[in-house]
Amino acid sequence: MEQTKVKRRKKEKEYIPRVPFGKYVRRHWILYLMILPGCIYFLIFKYIPMGGLMIAFQDYSPFAGFLQSPFVGWKHFRNFFIGSDFFMLLRNTLAISFLNLLFYFPMPVIMALLLNEVMHLKYKNLVQTMVYVPHFISFVVVASITYTLLNEGTGIINLIVQAFTGHTVPFLSGKQYFRGIILIQNIWKETGWGMIVFLAALAGVDMELYEAARVDGAGRWQQMWHITLPAIKGTIIIMLILRVGSLLNTGYEQIYLMANSLNRSVAEVFDTYVYRIGVTNGQYSFSTAVGMFKGIVGCIMVMGTNWLAKKCGESGIY
Amino acid sequence: MAGKKKYKRKKIKGSLSTRITSVCIYLFVGLVAVLAVLPFLYVFGGSFATERELAQRPFLIIPREFSLNAYKFILEDGRILNGLKNTVIVTVIGTAIAMVFSTTFAYPLSKKEFQGRNLILNMVIITMVFSGGMIPTFLLVKNLKMLDSFAALTVPGAISAFNMVIIKNFFEGVPKELEEATVMDGGSDFTVFARIVLPLSKPVLASMGLFYAVGFWNDYFSCMLYINDTSKQTAQLILRSIVLLAQGFDLLGSRMDFGVAGAPPEQAVKLASTVVTVLPILIVYPFVQKFFTKGVMIGAVKG
Repeated sequence: MEQTKVKRRKKEKEYIPRVPFGKYVRRHWILYLMILPGCIYFLIFKYIPMGGLMIAFQDYSPFAGFLQSPFVGWKHFRNFFIGSDFFMLLRNTLAISFLNLLFYFPMPVIMALLLNEVMHLKYKNLVQTMVYVPHFISFVVVASITYTLLNEGTGIINLIVQAFTGHTVPFLSGKQYFRGIILIQNIWKETGWGMIVFLAALAGVDMELYEAARVDGAGRWQQMWHITLPAIKGTIIIMLILRVGSLLNTGYEQIYLMANSLNRSVAEVFDTYVYRIGVTNGQYSFSTAVGMFKGIVGCIMVMGTNWLAKKCGESGIY
Repeated sequence: MAGKKKYKRKKIKGSLSTRITSVCIYLFVGLVAVLAVLPFLYVFGGSFATERELAQRPFLIIPREFSLNAYKFILEDGRILNGLKNTVIVTVIGTAIAMVFSTTFAYPLSKKEFQGRNLILNMVIITMVFSGGMIPTFLLVKNLKMLDSFAALTVPGAISAFNMVIIKNFFEGVPKELEEATVMDGGSDFTVFARIVLPLSKPVLASMGLFYAVGFWNDYFSCMLYINDTSKQTAQLILRSIVLLAQGFDLLGSRMDFGVAGAPPEQAVKLASTVVTVLPILIVYPFVQKFFTKGVMIGAVKG
C-alpha cells in the first residue's frame, strides 16, 4: 500500500497526456480485455462476500437465501458482546499477540545483527539457507512434528522430562502450555524468514562507516551500537508498527491445529471461533457478525498504524 | 574478490577477546541453524525406525536398524498418496491460474497512462485491508456449487493482492523504450506484454510463482472448509487426520508381510506420512531458495 501511495505521489509530478477515454479504450482495448478477468475475480470473490456481510444483520437460513431471510438488526452483535465469549476471545487473541510481540519480534533482529558479524560468506549463506527452511513448511507439518515431540507416551521431550523428574507433562492437553507452544512454534518457523528485511537494510550500510569507526578505535559492540543499530532502526520501527496493526490477526491456521477440547478456553481466537460456530455449527449470521466486528476493528488498526508507519517512514528508509 | 577476502581476514583477527566473541557468534548462529533443521532430521530418521529401536532409543537421527516398512505401509494404505496426488493437481492448476490472472491483471495497471488505473488500484487496495471474511466467502463458494471440487481450492485464491502489486511494480521498471519500439514495429499491447515484458520479468515471475505454489501446497484451511469428500482431500488435511486427530492406521489388521522387522510402529508411520508431505518442498527448496529471497527483496526494497 505504501508503495502505491509513493508511486501515486510521484505520478502527480509527471506529465501524462490525457486522451479522451473512448479513444483510449478503442486504441488499447486489449489492455482492458487483459484486466477484465482479474476485475471479475475481485468483484466476485472479494466484493460479493463484502456484500454478504449483510447476513450479520439477518437470521440467515440457507433455504430462504440472502434476500428472504428476516432482518434482525444488531441482535447478533448485541448477543456477542453480552455473552462471555467476547472477552475470552479478546483475551486469548491479545495474549498470544503480545507474547509474540514481546518474545518473537526481537528474535529476527538479534539474529540479523549476529549474522551481520559473520564475515565468512559461505558459512553465512549456509546458515541463512538452513534457518529459512521452516518458513516454507505447512502448519500441519509443524503441528505434526510438535505432536510427535510432545506426545505423553512416546514424545522425546516427555521422555527427557521423565528421565529427570520421574513424571510426564501433558503438554498437548494442558491449558497452561498452549500459549508457550504456539510461541515456540512461531519463533522456530519465522525467525529466519523475518530476518531478511533486516539483512536487506544492513546490506545497505556503507562499509566505510565501519572502517572509519575502527580507525577511531571503536570496538565491535560500539560499532554495532553506533552504526549497525541506527542503520536498521527505521526498519525495526516500521516492522513493529505494522505488527501492532495486525494484533488481532493471530495466525488462526496455526492455532486451530493445536487447539482441542481440553485447551479451548485459552486457544480459541476470533477466526477459529468463527469457523467452529459458523461452518461446524451452522450459525452463519452470528459468526458473520463476529467476523465482521473483528474485520472492522482490524481494518481500523491496520490503517491507523500504516498511517503512523508512513509518518515515521518518510524520514526513514522507505 | 581476493582483496575482499584479505580485508575480511583482517577483521577476524584482532585482540583475543574479539576473536573469542567471533567464535561465539559463529557457534551461536550455527546452533540456531541446526535447531532449525533438527526436527526434520528427527522426523526423517524416525520414519525408518523399527518398533524395537524406537522403544530403546527414542531419539534417533540415524536408525541402526533400517526399515522401509512404514513407507511400504503408507503405499499400501494409499490415503496419503491420494492426498499427495490431489495436492499436486491443486498446486499445478492453482499456480497456473494465479500466474495468468496476476500477470494479465498487473500489466495494464503498470502503465501510468492506463485510464481507470486509480479506480482499479483502489479497488484492490481496499481488499488488502478489509474482506468479507470466512463465512460470506464460504457461502459464496457454496452457492457457486464449487464445494467438493478443486475449483474451490484454486479459484478463490487466484490473485493475491500483495503478489500482484509486486509484479506490477516490477513491470513498471521495464524500460519504456523497448515497449515503444515494439509498438512502432506494429506490435499490439499483448505482443508487448508477451514478447517484451514477460521475458524481462522472469525473476519476479519465478519468485511469485514459487510463493503461489508453496501457498497452494501448504494450504489446509480451505480444504477443510470446502472439501468433505475424503477422496478429494489434499495431503495436508489427510496428514492432519492421521497425526493430529489420531485417525491412525489399523496396523495389526494389515495383512501385509513386513518380514523379520515386524509391523512398523504407529509412530514411524506417522513420521513417514509427515516426510512424504514435506519432502517435495525440502527437495526443491535449496534450488529455488534464491528466488524466494529475491522475491522478498523486490517487495521490500521497491517503492
